[in-house]
Amino acid sequence: MSTSEAANTPSPATVPAGAPVLEVRGVTKSFGVLKVLHGVDLTLHQGEVLGLVGDNGAGKSTLVKILSGFHRQEGGEILIEGKRVDFGSVEAARSHGIETVYQDLALIPQLSVYQNLFLGHELMMGGPLRFLNRREMRKLARQYLDDIKVRVPNVDAEAERLSGGQRQAIAVARAVRAAPKILLLDEPLSAMGARESRLIIDLVKDLATSGRVSIIVIDHNYAHLFELCDRINVMQGGKITIDQQVHETSLEQLTELMVSSYRRQIEEVQTAGA
Amino acid sequence: MSSDAPTSAAAPEATPPGQQPEPSSTRSGAASTGRRILRLFLVQRELTPILITVALFIYFTIRAGSTFTGSLSLSSAAGYAGPIGAIAVGSVLLLVLAEIDLSVGQVFLFAPWVMYWAHNDGLPVFFAIVVALIAASAVGAINGLITVRLNVPSFVTTLATNFILYGIVLVYSNDAEASPIPLSGGTGFSSQLMGTYKWAEILWVLAITILLSVMLTRTRFGTRIIATGGNLVGAAEAGVPIRRVKVWCFVLCSFFAGLVGIVDAVKYGSLDPGNFGVDYILYAVGACVIGGTALTGGRGTVIGAFIGAILIGILEDGLTLIGVSTNEFFIWVGVVIIVAMALNVQFDRLLVRARSSGN
Repeated sequence: MSTSEAANTPSPATVPAGAPVLEVRGVTKSFGVLKVLHGVDLTLHQGEVLGLVGDNGAGKSTLVKILSGFHRQEGGEILIEGKRVDFGSVEAARSHGIETVYQDLALIPQLSVYQNLFLGHELMMGGPLRFLNRREMRKLARQYLDDIKVRVPNVDAEAERLSGGQRQAIAVARAVRAAPKILLLDEPLSAMGARESRLIIDLVKDLATSGRVSIIVIDHNYAHLFELCDRINVMQGGKITIDQQVHETSLEQLTELMVSSYRRQIEEVQTAGA
Repeated sequence: MSSDAPTSAAAPEATPPGQQPEPSSTRSGAASTGRRILRLFLVQRELTPILITVALFIYFTIRAGSTFTGSLSLSSAAGYAGPIGAIAVGSVLLLVLAEIDLSVGQVFLFAPWVMYWAHNDGLPVFFAIVVALIAASAVGAINGLITVRLNVPSFVTTLATNFILYGIVLVYSNDAEASPIPLSGGTGFSSQLMGTYKWAEILWVLAITILLSVMLTRTRFGTRIIATGGNLVGAAEAGVPIRRVKVWCFVLCSFFAGLVGIVDAVKYGSLDPGNFGVDYILYAVGACVIGGTALTGGRGTVIGAFIGAILIGILEDGLTLIGVSTNEFFIWVGVVIIVAMALNVQFDRLLVRARSSGN
């Protein structure tokens, strides 16, 4: 297959071919006296899976909250498809095509798979009584899940009865149903076994390859990110310090880069102090 | 992983390839029939209380014969079940939201007083009833708004409104009985409809049960109730207006309690200011639990609550008829509540085991 050949021969043209769908330029953010983001620069290309990694306190969750509309940045700018945007709210971020999937919070355990998929956008029957069109929702849910290769025992199964991986897959599927340009996944593989992780990794990769959506995955597990992503950005001290294509680097190399980057930062602080 | 296995309800004999082929076809056939019956009980929570109710009915028919099955006895059973059912079916909505309304029994008693006062002040009966229903709905709206806007737990909000309503009735009635109630004793259509026909009250409750059951299972609002009760944060993120959903459920619960409260007052023809609503809500919660509604939110059945109320009614009527002292009735209500709850919890555990063993 030509796709596997392309994966084996790392040509620089394959990955950054897509136009930038999201550009973050010099974004800063403080909470009171505490400066959390010191000018973040980040670019996400069309159809790309970008991993965002960093220690606790590095600022990745603040960046995600800015991108999903919970917080507003102080300095810098955010561009979607080249146009400058300003999010005041989660709804505003959504209307610009950014959907976020939070770990474990999304589904209603007592509702069925199809009810969860359609929650907030239920299909209704015609007529004055406005009953739910359950048959149509079941049918569309089945088609849609087939389409994006998510497998569940039954669209009538309650979310509570699904495995953690299946639940996460449904949550991702629901976010993608809104046809976003950008999908933010907050630790999608946390607390998941190997087989479960496989399910989500395959789903995310498929979604990206199909060109439906560009994805940012936030995690602190490097092994997960190497599996999942085309490119990895490392956040340290409120900045993106390392930007590496996954096929051009290895876990060891990335770790070395991070250690030397830390050293440089510490030296900078020391020389500034002296 | 059995994720691509067809559901056994659809095709129980078609075991997916690679899944334990050893059990013989006869054994797996018997097991799947057993499992199918079990599944029916698990999915249809109402089956447990229906079976208990039918068993009680048969028992009392054997013990008391035609005295029990006579229309006098059955209408008295319906008379016990009516108020409990009216309060229980509305309470299911709140229990699904993981909320409770302790004042709704008092609303049941308060609404006919409002109708009585409004009628005495010169309003025609129809408008007096409308005013009473508006008053009942307003109590629900106040309960809901205090709960969601001031973040007071509904248990506390409605405990307070319960006392306030009780006090209002005592103050404005001068602690004197009200009689006769408008429409009571009449034989016209509106009197019959509003309570003097002996099955009127239970038919109202049945109609409300069907209405609320369809609403909970077949409409967007019902899905929103379950979503709000099942995962508050998740529902809000999906765009469910969780506060509005809660306030409307308080309003609906109070409205229907007030409506049947009026029917109940017309039926008996008098009002006693000393009646305390908390008695009613405790029976009603009992009926909900017997019917299969958990108090943890996200799950509940309106029809189950109705059946639970019928069960309590039959129990009270039947025990009286076979000569058991009224006091013993309370012991039996307690036993039935515990048995029903225990069965539901056990069914849940069986369900989890059945699914995890791969069906």
